[in-house]
Amino acid sequence: MMNRVSETLGRLGGVNLLPLALAAVAFVLIGAPSSWVTLTVAGLSMGMMVFLMASGLSLVFGLMDVLNFGHSAFVSFGAFVAATVLAALSTWLDGGWMLASAALALALLAAIAFGLAAGLFFETVIIRPVYRDHLRQILITMGALIVSEQIILAVWGGTPVSVPRPSFLEGAWIIGDVSMEIYRLFAMGLGAVVFVGLMVLLNRTRIGLLIRAGVENREMVEALGFKINRLFIGVFMLGSALAALGGAMWAGYETLITPALGGEMMIVVFIVVIIGGLGSIEGTLLGAIIVGLTANYIGYLAPKLALASNMILMMAILMWRPSGLRPAVK
Amino acid sequence: MKPTYGTIAVKSAMLVIAALLLFAPFLFQDIRALEVAARICIFIVLVASYDLLIGYTGIVSFAHTMFFGFGAYGSAIALKQMGPGWDSVALGTVAGVALSLVVATAIGLISLRVKAIFFAMITLAAASVVLVLASQLSQLTGGEDGITYRAPDLFKTATKLAVDGDGKVLRWFGVKLNGKLAAYYFVFATSLVLFLIMLRITVSPLGTVLKAIRENEARAEAIGYRVVAYRTFVFCLSAVVASLAGSVYAVWLKYTGPDTALSFAIMIDILLMVVIGGMGTMWGAVIGATLMVMAQYYLRDLMGAASEATAAIPLLPELLAPDRWLFWLGIIFILLVYFFPKGIAGTLMARGQRA
Repeated sequence: MMNRVSETLGRLGGVNLLPLALAAVAFVLIGAPSSWVTLTVAGLSMGMMVFLMASGLSLVFGLMDVLNFGHSAFVSFGAFVAATVLAALSTWLDGGWMLASAALALALLAAIAFGLAAGLFFETVIIRPVYRDHLRQILITMGALIVSEQIILAVWGGTPVSVPRPSFLEGAWIIGDVSMEIYRLFAMGLGAVVFVGLMVLLNRTRIGLLIRAGVENREMVEALGFKINRLFIGVFMLGSALAALGGAMWAGYETLITPALGGEMMIVVFIVVIIGGLGSIEGTLLGAIIVGLTANYIGYLAPKLALASNMILMMAILMWRPSGLRPAVK
Repeated sequence: MKPTYGTIAVKSAMLVIAALLLFAPFLFQDIRALEVAARICIFIVLVASYDLLIGYTGIVSFAHTMFFGFGAYGSAIALKQMGPGWDSVALGTVAGVALSLVVATAIGLISLRVKAIFFAMITLAAASVVLVLASQLSQLTGGEDGITYRAPDLFKTATKLAVDGDGKVLRWFGVKLNGKLAAYYFVFATSLVLFLIMLRITVSPLGTVLKAIRENEARAEAIGYRVVAYRTFVFCLSAVVASLAGSVYAVWLKYTGPDTALSFAIMIDILLMVVIGGMGTMWGAVIGATLMVMAQYYLRDLMGAASEATAAIPLLPELLAPDRWLFWLGIIFILLVYFFPKGIAGTLMARGQRA
């Protein structure tokens, strides 16, 4: 009987059903359908933004066995770069939706460009010398994080910076008695586009094939004559750019950002990649959605527990599956 | 084996530091210097206990300040709620140690089986949760403001340890024999005892096993040592020592808050100290803690002057501002990890040694 149940569950999607189960339980506990929808949308959009930040970290770890503790620096830099661009173009934001979306696109592109450049620098200068040495990797990337945080403090100062956002992303859609913030829907959509893009890149292109092969067996790919180091720089830059994009989106979501932003998000990002299983994009998405949903549901049901909930969730999942829900093949 | 001149240099530096700390109240007769000396004592213990983890066993934990905080808050809450007295200090310390033991065992058993990197991430997450909890449970912990309380009567500045003929506080070499002095020597003595205990452990067979685990985990396991048990044990041990150091520091400061006992900045300080001093030797902890604490107190003044001097150049004054001192330390830290992974003590001691 138990076997048949688990078999059916496995065929339906196995661990992928967890968010649905979570949503169903929350639906019963919350009782009011309209607030449930609002919370679910909030959870999904938060999950998508966290996914943007976490996917690069996870992929880099999977490919090169490098864990970058300085990853959150990219998130902070992305947020501040986007905020600066938006503030500089604030006249555009009021000038109709064409100009406003151009300003938004420029801000996001600036964050991405910065992420790419910073990723290149970080990989070649900071991480290259300490491949395969976990202890020094952790220490060096931590040192880089300290330095980056200090640079942010020196350039933007310690006071909160407010982030203007285009007027067409303000406000909420109200359908019946359900209200959904437009910015959240936008974040969700962008996250979904990035996820699909990553899946296509990984599963449908030659580069993706090499990346997946590299995750599975690096030496073999090297032995076949591919320059995996060059591939790795590319993946690292992509991951940094995604983190910066995630940071930029998060800045627009919070509308008031401080240099502590990166550090705060880092904890969530770590929990997400641990839950999802390091090295896999699907796992990261799953982890991000679960964490986003839990954070919002618990925040509504038992606000006092909100922060501990992520931790408890992580502990529970690690006891059940020590290497995460969907670890990359290793 | 004949000691190398590097080892002699390190050991004589130890003697100088120990002597300076022992006679600190007599040598530097101002309040700030005494604060610095007490902080150095506490951080030597804290960094040495962290070195047991990172240097001797190869475990990277980011939860060390959490245990320090447990001890500090334990004493602080007990002193606040029960009034100043030795019983509250004892109770608070024991409570802090017990909590540290429980949490360390739980984290250790759940996550020391997995890779070093997972462990680092999990401890980081745990520490940040505790930090937020401490600021949220403000009835108990005072939130962001922390708790101010009174230390046991013996340590009050007004307490006279000895009086001269007129009933005034007796002076030795111009130093008043008051409660402040007693408090300093309390800090010094407990730090010394804790440090010596750790030093003893590192040269015991247990220390050798720990190094074996650091060097080659699979091999240590194959020889028959239960790696997880040893790791959990050393994690608990260092947690207990950190917690005790926290309790002592709380008694000395008469104030406990997130900034003095729990913040992530302290974790970064510890990390910098252990790497700058040298991982894998207890002497490194002493050198690192001494240099860093001195830098914290005195380098900032220097940087303030440098910042004013460079006011005409863009960005440089911002980077030279006293608050940005971590920027420079971070760069030094990175360079040290690249070029001198053994830190000051390790590099010096390797000098003159035949390879």
